[in-house]
Amino acid sequence: MSAGTNKLNVTVTEVVAVNELVKRFHFERTDGGNLPTFSGGAHVVVEMRDGDITRLNPYSLMSSPLSTRDYTISVRRDDVGRGGSLFMHNRVKRGMEMVISYPVNLFSLDLRAKKHLMIAGGIGITPFLAQTAQLASYGGNFELHYTCRSEALGSYSDVLRERYGNRVSLYLDERNERIPLERLLATQPLGTHIYVCGPAGMIKWVRDSAAAHGWPDDAVHYEHFAAPQPGTPFDVKLAVSGLEIRVGEQQSLLEAIEAAGVDPPYLCRGGVCGQCETNVISYDGTFKHNDHWLSDEEHCSGKKIMPCVSRFEGRSLVLER
Amino acid sequence: MKTILSRPVYGTLSPQAGKSHLLIADAEGASAILDLAKKAPEDFFANAHIMFIPGRTGDSFQNALKALKPAQYYEGPSVAAALPRLTWVLANAHMGLRMYLAGTEGLIGQMMQAALEAGIDPASIQTEHRGSWARRMQCVHCKGITENVTTQPATCSHCGLLLLVRDHYSKRHAAFQGVCINAEDPTEIPQKEEIFR
Ligand code: FES
Repeated sequence: MSAGTNKLNVTVTEVVAVNELVKRFHFERTDGGNLPTFSGGAHVVVEMRDGDITRLNPYSLMSSPLSTRDYTISVRRDDVGRGGSLFMHNRVKRGMEMVISYPVNLFSLDLRAKKHLMIAGGIGITPFLAQTAQLASYGGNFELHYTCRSEALGSYSDVLRERYGNRVSLYLDERNERIPLERLLATQPLGTHIYVCGPAGMIKWVRDSAAAHGWPDDAVHYEHFAAPQPGTPFDVKLAVSGLEIRVGEQQSLLEAIEAAGVDPPYLCRGGVCGQCETNVISYDGTFKHNDHWLSDEEHCSGKKIMPCVSRFEGRSLVLER
Repeated sequence: MKTILSRPVYGTLSPQAGKSHLLIADAEGASAILDLAKKAPEDFFANAHIMFIPGRTGDSFQNALKALKPAQYYEGPSVAAALPRLTWVLANAHMGLRMYLAGTEGLIGQMMQAALEAGIDPASIQTEHRGSWARRMQCVHCKGITENVTTQPATCSHCGLLLLVRDHYSKRHAAFQGVCINAEDPTEIPQKEEIFR
């Protein structure tokens, strides 16, 4: 079992429809008492038992780190994904008991920063709800720029505005508004760190622009969970455990390995933390790499795969697992 | 040379992507700026500020530095004289500023210290050693700072103790630590050798 995979038994205490696409879930410890402390930016992995399929999806905690009475997450419905978000939306009800992981933070604030500049796109707002609460608790200096499709889909923009006034700026696609990134990057005082969470294209835009403006990498933080993509089923040999498994269409390679009774390491299940890195012993076919962890060279080398998000198509694949 | 972890390591200056550039050098450090200029994109110095402390090199580098046409050029008699200007420049600076420090360890260390205090990320600072290896030393006993130490051992200019100049470096004081070399028997006076040249 890997670090961060300690489990918590929780009960769903509230389910709130935030808007057309987003639902919020509140969890409390089933045995009462406080949940483990966490810091803004942390996520938990939620186990979804759906018949004989178990899905494990990471979601950022959005509640204030100052209160560990409950954890809250927000889930955006994805009608074409592998069904994790649909399960949350359609099947999870108040009173239900669930299992979640201990919180893990792969997107933490750098508290040495003199100022925190936050850029959120869509549902990428969730980690910032926790981070702003954490910073506001001691008068930390932050500014949040939040872009979304429309007023109606701007989850929590009203709450954030109410809490933090003009430290929060909202940009709506429906009004053709765009984050003035160039100006923001050019006018920050020394010691500012930038944080971005949102769609892949947005993260790339912010990272590339910051680098071109001379921002050091250490001051640029981003979080992008790649949701595992469905794909063609494929067969894998696990050399260490001596098993042969089949990865189903709606299953990730990591889930298939787990379903076979092997307990490989993982933390984020979104291709960012590096924990699940697995050596390839031999292969005949093509890799479908979806992670943000391996370098381009490693992706081309055919020597490594991140089973939480990546797949394979071809005749044979043997992993050192 | 293998030494302890706190001993600073220096690199080679090279132009970085950035909105503005602050280059600070003393004495032979100017030549590191001139070498960087050979690799710099055309508009680099239009957004650059050079601060130079000529020291023992007199007027041999000024003209070459001015010929780079930096947006701002400053010349001062000492690091101490230049520090208030640096503090002011940094207070008004924005993210995207790149810093380049070249010359003696004393200059690099003190400028670095002021820069970190202003909140600049260490990854935004490049350093290159040129010229003298003279050390800025802090006496661990009286805390006094002695500049331009070239001998081993060295006499503390404040309390007069004879100090072993260690490789142990304090970033916070921008100084090497000097520890009494003959505490057991003050009558034992090891020969001073000129080693930090
Ligand atoms: S579990 Fe984090 S990269 Fe796979």
